[in-house]
Amino acid sequence: MSTTAAPLDGVLPRLPLGEWTERAVEWATSTLGPAFDGIATVVDTLVEPLNNLLTGAPAVVVVLVFAALGLWLRGWKFALGAAVGLGLVAGMPYWAETMSTLAQVLVASALSLLLAVPLGVFVAENRRASQLARPVLDLMQTLPAFVYLIPAIFFFGIGTVPGVLATVVFSMPPGVRLTELGLRQVDRELVQAGEAFGASPWKILLRTKLPLALPTIMTGVNQVIMLALSMVVIAGMVGAGGLGDVIMFALAQVEVGSGFEGGIAVVVLAVVLDRLTDSIGGRFPAARAQRAMQQQS
Amino acid sequence: MYLPAVFAGKAIVSAIAVKSLYKIFGSRPAEAVRRLKGGAPRAEALAGLPATTAAVIDASLEVRPGEIFVVMGLSGSGKSTLIRMLNGLLRPTSGSVEVDGVDLGTLKPAALRRLRREKISMVFQHFALLPHRTVLENAGYALEIAGLPRAERRERAMEAIRMVGLDGWEDKLPQDLSGGMRQRVGLARALAAGTDILLMDEAFSALDPLIRREIQDQLLELQAELGKTIVFITHDLNEAMRLGDRIAVMRDGRIVQIGTAEEILTDPANDYVERFVADVDRTRILTASSVMEKPHSVVDVNAGPRVAARALRETQTSVVYVTGGQQRFLGTVTEDEVSRALRAGRQSLDGHVRTDHVRTVRHDTAVADLFGECAESVHPVAVLDDRDRLAGVIPRITLLSALGSLTGETDRPDDDAPPSLVDEAGPDLPAAPSAMDLGVAGAPMADLARVTTEVRGEPVAPTREKEETA
Repeated sequence: MSTTAAPLDGVLPRLPLGEWTERAVEWATSTLGPAFDGIATVVDTLVEPLNNLLTGAPAVVVVLVFAALGLWLRGWKFALGAAVGLGLVAGMPYWAETMSTLAQVLVASALSLLLAVPLGVFVAENRRASQLARPVLDLMQTLPAFVYLIPAIFFFGIGTVPGVLATVVFSMPPGVRLTELGLRQVDRELVQAGEAFGASPWKILLRTKLPLALPTIMTGVNQVIMLALSMVVIAGMVGAGGLGDVIMFALAQVEVGSGFEGGIAVVVLAVVLDRLTDSIGGRFPAARAQRAMQQQS
Repeated sequence: MYLPAVFAGKAIVSAIAVKSLYKIFGSRPAEAVRRLKGGAPRAEALAGLPATTAAVIDASLEVRPGEIFVVMGLSGSGKSTLIRMLNGLLRPTSGSVEVDGVDLGTLKPAALRRLRREKISMVFQHFALLPHRTVLENAGYALEIAGLPRAERRERAMEAIRMVGLDGWEDKLPQDLSGGMRQRVGLARALAAGTDILLMDEAFSALDPLIRREIQDQLLELQAELGKTIVFITHDLNEAMRLGDRIAVMRDGRIVQIGTAEEILTDPANDYVERFVADVDRTRILTASSVMEKPHSVVDVNAGPRVAARALRETQTSVVYVTGGQQRFLGTVTEDEVSRALRAGRQSLDGHVRTDHVRTVRHDTAVADLFGECAESVHPVAVLDDRDRLAGVIPRITLLSALGSLTGETDRPDDDAPPSLVDEAGPDLPAAPSAMDLGVAGAPMADLARVTTEVRGEPVAPTREKEETA
C-alpha cells in the first residue's frame, strides 16, 4: 500500500479492505486446505489426460479432426480455412503449447458451464436470486483478470490448476447471464400454455423453456469459451503452461518474433473455437424453427 | 348449440361459477378491494394507491354446461385477467371461482394442475405452439403432460387433427402453416385434451377477417357436435354476437351486462353498451322473432269457414292462417277458398288449406336470412316456434321498415316495440288492419334482394383459406 496522503485522510476512517481480504484468504487456506487439495486433484485428472492426448497425437490428425468438424458444422470453406490456420500453427515451434492451451480451455469451459448453466436456470426462476446475482456477476466480469490469479496461487500454488480455476471463475458470468436471458425470453404464452394444460414447473422447464432457450444458451457457451481462451493466456503468469508461458516469456525478454508466433496461435484457436461453437447453436431444431418463424413475420 | 335444461342426464349445475371476483395488481391489494367494494369507479377508488391496478372488479357470472359464454370488452377491460382466474393461472385477490363445484382457491398446486389436465383446456391468442415440434406433437402436448403412452397419444391427437380438418399436415412444423391453420392446431390441442371446458383467449383475434370467419364457423360446427362448455374472450363485438349463446360485456374491470346477443342489442344496460353495439350488423344478430308481428287472422282448422270469413272481414285481409291440433301451423286459406268452402257447406277448413302460398321460417332465423323467404312468399312469412306453432308473421313491408331501423338512422316505429317471444302469441284478438296485406308486389323484391346483399356486406364468393405454405 502506498503511504501518499489522500485528501480525505483524517476525515474518513481508512477501511482496511485489503487486510480483511488477506485474512479471509489465509483463513480459507488453513481451514479448507483438504477441500482445495480435492479440487486440485479433480482438475489435474481432467486436464492431464486431455493434454497428453492432444500433445501426443500427431499434428496432422488434430488438424484433420478440426477440418472434419468444420465441414460438418459449417461447410467446406470453413473446413479449408481451419486446416490452413491450424496447419500454420503446426508449422511453428509452439504446437505442443497450443495443444495444452486447448486442453486447458476445454476443461475450464466445461467446468465453467457445469456451474453457470444450472446457476442461470436457478436465477431465471427466482427473482430475488437474480437481483442478488447481478452485482456479483458484474464484479466477476469487471475485476481485472489478473486479480483472480492471486487467491488462486494462495489456494493451489502455481501451475495448471490455479490457472484453470481462475479461468473457470473468470469465464462463468456470460454463461449465467445468457442462460437467464434465454429462459426469460421464452414467449410467456408458451409457458402459460404449459401451465394451462397442467404441466409441472419442472416439465415446463425441460420441455418448453430449455429447448427454446437453447440457442441463447449456446451463445453463452461460445462466450464462455472465448473468455476462457483469453484468461488461459493470462494464466501463463502463474505457470499454467501452454501459450501463456510462451507469451509471458516473450514479453519478459522482449522477443517480438516468438511473441507474434504465440499470438497468432491464440488467434487461430480463437477463430476456430468461436466459429465451431457458434454454429452448434444454430443446429438445434428449436433454433431453426424460431429463425424460420422470424423470417416470416 | 346450447343445450338447455338437461345435460348429460343431470339437472343443470353451472360448469363455472364466479362470485364477486377481484383481481388487484400492486402493493396493497386488500385495501384496494375494500375501497372498490363501495362501488366507486375504478380511478376514483384507487386514487392515492400508487401503482395499483384493479384488473377485475366484483365480477360474478355463471357459465352453463354446453354453452358458449363470451366475455367481451376493449383492451384493458380485464377480460384476459378474468379468464386466467378461471383455470387458476392467476389467483384472485378476493372472491371465488368454482369449476364443476370445486373451489379453485382450496386446491393445492398439484391438485390445481390435475384439474387443468382433466377439466379445462385453453386456446391462446398467438397460438402458443412449440415451434420445434410437429403439428401432431403439438396436438398431443396435453396428453404428453398427462403421461399417456405414445400410441394412445398419437391416436387421440390424430383424431383431434382430423376434427379441425388438418389431416395430412400432422408431420409439418408450425412454421409451415398459415395463421388460421396454426390456430386450428391450437384448437386441436385443446380438443385432444378431452376436457369438458375450453377457455379461448382472443383465440381468433390475430387472424385475418375472412379466415376468422371461417374458423368461427368451424368452431360452431364442432360445438354443435361436441357440446363443450366454452368461455370465449374477444374484443370484437360481431364475433361475440356470432358465437355467444350469452355475452358478458366488461368495462374498466366490471361486468356491465350479461345476456344473449339479442338482449344486449335490444335492451342495452347503459349508454356504454348502447354505444358499443351501435354499429353491429343487426341483421345477422336479430332473429325473426324480434321483427315479426302478431298474426291478426288466425283460425283453427276445425273452426270452419264461417269463423274464417269473419276473421277476413274484421281484419280486412285476404288470407287467414290456419292452425291444427296443439296449435301447430298448417297453412293458409284465401278468400276464394273460404267462399268455396262456405258454398260447399263445409264444417271444417280441412282440404282447403294451402301450404304453397306462404313460406315458414323458425323464430331464431337471422333477419339477414329472411329476405329470400319474404321474396318467395305470396303472403307474409309465417314464423314458427320450436313446437311448430305460429308465433308471428312478417309482411315484407315490416321487414323493410325493420331493415331501415336496424341499419339506418331512422328509429323503428313505436308500435312494433319490444317483441316478446312466442308463448302467448296465440291465435286471438283480431285488431286493426295491419300492413301485412298491402302486398308489396313481386317486382320490387329484386331491388330488396340487391339492397340486402349490400347491407349484409357479404363477400360475393366465399373465399377459402389458402392451404399453402406461407
